[in-house]
Amino acid sequence: MTETPVLAMRGIDKSFLGVPVLRSVDLTVAPGEVHALVGENGAGKSTLMKILAGVHTADAGTIELDGRPASFTHPLQAQHAGVSTVFQEFNLLPELSVAENIFLGREPRRRGFIDRRAMAARTAELLADLGVEDLAANAKAGTLSVAHQQIVEIAKALSQGADLICMDEPTAALADAEVELLYRLIDRLRNRGIAVLYVSHRLREIFDLCDRITVLKDGRRVDCVDSAAITPDELVTAMVGRRIEAVFPEPLPGTEIGDVRLEITGGGNAWLDGIDLQVRAGEIVGLAGLQGSGRTEIAEAVFGIAPFTRGSLAVDGRQRRITGPRKAIASGLALVTEDRKAQGLAMHQSVRANARLVLDANRRVHSGRRLSRIPGILSGLDLVSRGLEQDVQYLSGGNQQKVVVAKWLATEPGVIVLDEPTRGIDVGAKHKLYSVIRRLAAEGIAVLLIASELIEVIGLADRIAVLHDGRIAGELPGGATEQQVMAHATGRSRA
Amino acid sequence: MQRARSAAAALLGGGTGTVFALLAVIFAIVFAVNPGFFQAASLMAFLKQAAPLVILAAGQYFVIVSGNFDLSVGALVGAQVVIAARLIDGEEARTVPVIGVMLLFGIAVGLVNGLVTTVLKVQSFITTLGMLLVLYGAIRLWTGGAPTGSLSESFRVPGRMGIENVPLLGQVPWALLIMIACGAAAIWLMRTRFGRVLIATGDNDLAAELSGARVDTVRTAAFVLSGLSATIAGILIGGFAGVSAQVGEGMEFTVITAVVLGGVVLGGGQGLVVAAMAGALTIEALFTLFNQLALPASLRPSVQGAIIIAAVAYAARRRMRPAGQTATPS
Repeated sequence: MTETPVLAMRGIDKSFLGVPVLRSVDLTVAPGEVHALVGENGAGKSTLMKILAGVHTADAGTIELDGRPASFTHPLQAQHAGVSTVFQEFNLLPELSVAENIFLGREPRRRGFIDRRAMAARTAELLADLGVEDLAANAKAGTLSVAHQQIVEIAKALSQGADLICMDEPTAALADAEVELLYRLIDRLRNRGIAVLYVSHRLREIFDLCDRITVLKDGRRVDCVDSAAITPDELVTAMVGRRIEAVFPEPLPGTEIGDVRLEITGGGNAWLDGIDLQVRAGEIVGLAGLQGSGRTEIAEAVFGIAPFTRGSLAVDGRQRRITGPRKAIASGLALVTEDRKAQGLAMHQSVRANARLVLDANRRVHSGRRLSRIPGILSGLDLVSRGLEQDVQYLSGGNQQKVVVAKWLATEPGVIVLDEPTRGIDVGAKHKLYSVIRRLAAEGIAVLLIASELIEVIGLADRIAVLHDGRIAGELPGGATEQQVMAHATGRSRA
Repeated sequence: MQRARSAAAALLGGGTGTVFALLAVIFAIVFAVNPGFFQAASLMAFLKQAAPLVILAAGQYFVIVSGNFDLSVGALVGAQVVIAARLIDGEEARTVPVIGVMLLFGIAVGLVNGLVTTVLKVQSFITTLGMLLVLYGAIRLWTGGAPTGSLSESFRVPGRMGIENVPLLGQVPWALLIMIACGAAAIWLMRTRFGRVLIATGDNDLAAELSGARVDTVRTAAFVLSGLSATIAGILIGGFAGVSAQVGEGMEFTVITAVVLGGVVLGGGQGLVVAAMAGALTIEALFTLFNQLALPASLRPSVQGAIIIAAVAYAARRRMRPAGQTATPS
């Protein structure tokens, strides 16, 4: 590869609140290349992309575009430099037309007024270039399908003269036929010499589309290979990079699987249907599934945030109608929520205040004995803080998560639901949480573990329920392979 | 020992320490201008006059720390004084029943503020601004512009009188004792489960709700506490200053200024009630200083306006500063 790369990032470092997310990452993309960026959740893909888009600024390292040094502190600077990003959440204004969205802020003008005719003509031209015929320049963006909105974003990138278009999980919300369309579109971009940085989890797409693959793991670049020179299995190994047995602690001796503590029969609501699920004392049941498959919705239904409207739910053999968190807490349930900052913690309050909040808010579980256990629970989680009076906002992500876990353990729950408990926390804290989950099981608590990192579910759960489209598509024993889980998660098992 | 140290750290740390420093500085200037101020009699008089604002600040603190505002307290103070004068109409025997009616009215106003804010989801700024106008209008309508009736002598005792002939201090005003009692009650309340849930709600209501907190209930209760504080303040101000249609006018802004000056963050979740009360004392001390310097009282609103902007700007700068952002290793 002798030509000047369209993008060369070297030695990129980035930390958030002291937690390193990227460590000395290199990434080069040649003109007209489709380059895959892969890695597990939390490997740093999104952060790298956001640095490239000008959303975040790197702490260290250099970025060169077409051989010229570049530095962005604002998304507009990245766009002007020829780097456009199509995020999963589109940035279209729903009330404006396709043409108005594409030329937003750069409308062609004639005598000071927006030249609508020229704008429509240039939009039609752009869309024709992309081989898209069934999209009108004057359609309102809000009425378009996801696939068409994506095309508008790509057309907008082209109209800005992008040399490099970054796509973040572009097929996540697309149907199969729409994926084919995207493939053809990316081929056209390649033929025009425009490079694509393609971020995806889907191995098939990566091997179908991409010329080279950069693999990130725990914030480091572990490999950059030609896609022809690697097999899918080798790629997965590079992404995971470790043997499962070595990472996840064994069940503690004396852990016994006992009576059913949580039983859902025929549970359903607007998002879920026909959910049958049992979790026994001492058992860790994993919930796997792609984004939007209904994992979090099950947690929310169990905890009464968006309750089941059909079917029944029993805790320790007693039928319960759980219509809100208070009822759930009174029934002995606990939920470690997905988003600890928005849903889990009062950030300006102390460690102690957060850890005792559930007890303070619920007379049914409040007791002096439970309050007095809190310091012990926190030290059992290896919390690192400057005392219990420190505000949680100053703790690292991993320590904040320990406070969230502590506030639920303080209630001595019978069933604990953990929704993405290790999201965005460092490796050390992750391992601590894994062993905490094992300990909870050993204490006879029923654990329902939701994780988008398949490897966590596989490594920890005794049983895995795989969700697809709001239903349980299949159940697998713990230690199943990623391929088996993915077969259910993508709905292929039914075909 | 550790508890004492953490209490001291809480008082001096954050935005809280500033208000005590400010209070000390203003008192020092007052002393420099007029050393005679630091005699028991004038200090007691100062505290008697400051008591209503301190009590209002405690009430307002509950509302602000839960993430809301109560702009209706000034009008409520005025309404309470007018109600007292009209219903008592100079008859001693009616004093206690009328105080009972006033307490119920204060609770009712707080309840309406709270329910409109939490159930109808009207922003508290609008809810209580509306309540302010409703109360002012009702006072005008009811009194025809000039309050009728008069307060009884016994009604005026808490605001005007005190325990006489206390060694060293001379007269200890009832208002001071009521202020201390209210302050102690407020500090105690913030240490109860209610107070802990209230401040967590103001900080992150979603997290509080998911923790099983009755978010709407505690927020409504905060408005009721504010309504009660306005009632007590009304009793003291009526006793101290007598009846007029202007009683309480503008006090909502003075009290919000006081609370903000105490380092309590608008939007909720941060600050101590004791600092809010110290903020009220600081404002009163500042007004006293103005008197000492013979500055015109008409300057007060401008000074208040400048203080509230400066205090919020100071708090915003403190939060932007990355200091203390030392993430702990895990």
